[in-house]
Amino acid sequence: MPQILALTGNDAVAYAMKQINPDVVAAYPITPQTSLMQKFADFVADGEVDSELVLVESEHSAMSATVGAQAAGARSMTATSACGLALMWEILGLASGYRLPIVMPVANRALSGPINIQGDHSDTMGARDCGWIHLFSENAQEAYENTLQAVRIAEHPNVLTPVMVTLDGFIISHGVETVKIYDDAPVKKFVGEYQPHYTLLDPKHPITLGAMDFSDFYFEHKVSQLDGINASPKVILEVGREFQKTFGGMECYEFFEAYQMDDAELAVIVLGSTAGATRMVVDDMRARGIAAGMIKLRMFRPFPSEEIAKALSRVKACAVLDRSIAYGGDGGPVHIEVRSALYGHSPVPIMTNYIYGLGGKPIDIEHIASVYEDLKDAAITGRVKRRIGYLNLKENGPAIPV
Amino acid sequence: MKKYLGGTYQRLPLAGVIEEAGTAEKYETGSWGTFKPVFNPEICIQCFFCWVYCPDSAIMVEGGEVVGIDLYHCKGCGICSHECPTKPVKAIVMGKK
Repeated sequence: MPQILALTGNDAVAYAMKQINPDVVAAYPITPQTSLMQKFADFVADGEVDSELVLVESEHSAMSATVGAQAAGARSMTATSACGLALMWEILGLASGYRLPIVMPVANRALSGPINIQGDHSDTMGARDCGWIHLFSENAQEAYENTLQAVRIAEHPNVLTPVMVTLDGFIISHGVETVKIYDDAPVKKFVGEYQPHYTLLDPKHPITLGAMDFSDFYFEHKVSQLDGINASPKVILEVGREFQKTFGGMECYEFFEAYQMDDAELAVIVLGSTAGATRMVVDDMRARGIAAGMIKLRMFRPFPSEEIAKALSRVKACAVLDRSIAYGGDGGPVHIEVRSALYGHSPVPIMTNYIYGLGGKPIDIEHIASVYEDLKDAAITGRVKRRIGYLNLKENGPAIPV
Repeated sequence: MKKYLGGTYQRLPLAGVIEEAGTAEKYETGSWGTFKPVFNPEICIQCFFCWVYCPDSAIMVEGGEVVGIDLYHCKGCGICSHECPTKPVKAIVMGKK
């Protein structure tokens, strides 16, 4: 019988790691990831996992050790946040470029400076072009289930691409929720044994990994890597369906959840924990007879452009909520992707972008409701208040009532 | 990698992996150096210090004796000459290429 436990998001992901039982885990503490690895260290100390836990001196080393272990043929994991992810930057590219199916939970946190330890998506959004698959989670349950599925996705022979599973710092990582932890035996069966494509510890088949790769083949290897991540959407759906069949679990393991989107005229696209509050606002709008809907994006990399364009094909006005800024770009990273996805499609909704929640700035029901009110006006007037606006920001002449 | 030169990227091993061992031997690194070691067998005392220290395994040994330098792989780092203990003249001195 699955257990219903009161767990933080970090603890829930640590339970997933316990059930995955990776051969090697290398870690360095950083808020808000720290309690995740503390919980996992408990499992190691109590003999509940076989993992070799390597305590390193920085995140650069944590990812390096994980890459080394995975290349040797061991299933390896680490976890991090914010500046820790930034310090891993160089090695993120090695993990994806060497096609090592590492799974890394990331408790999303704002990047310095000014220094801030609270939640936003600046860290993983900055790493969006490092060749990793990015799965976002709305709550502790989804973080747990995404972590289990990520192993299967990453290790699929057509994919062989590392996966980041994100959970919003503090809101999910430290908030206690009821989480359904599935039984060890079926989870272990679902996750399966790791069969490495190459291993450095096979004297019968010696290989060199990490050799110099100049202009004659580097480009070719990079396009081959692209084929790997582009093969992942099919696998993500297959793995999600198998998970649903095996465990029941949540309703949506697709690229995104389309909530009340069938006849929606006003749509908000959102990532992570804010989807929970947005769903409440949609319910409230629907009760008032307003055709509101929500798209909760689960898979950000690779980006489901065609599917998003299709989901928005009957929408009159759409707002993208971004919990990070692409400085000097067209608003936030998700906004850029969605706008790009719509090019060439017709009709397309009127679009607006709201940046919110940076450095843990609260996002409340009334802020999200104000977005739908703006969309309602935009659908009537055919014009948005602002191409890029801000929610709950102290500013002169706010477009949004605070 | 010569066997892949005419083909497409789909035929390459994943991730730039080289699927055979000992391929460094086929790679000419001897052209990198500015200086090259010059070996004098008449001064050499067969201490094998150069053989131990050479980072590129470029000290040639035949019949249990150092007989010369493999200039196809030697990068001209000069460690062999630095470590050579013979005095007053070293058995390996660095010369211009």
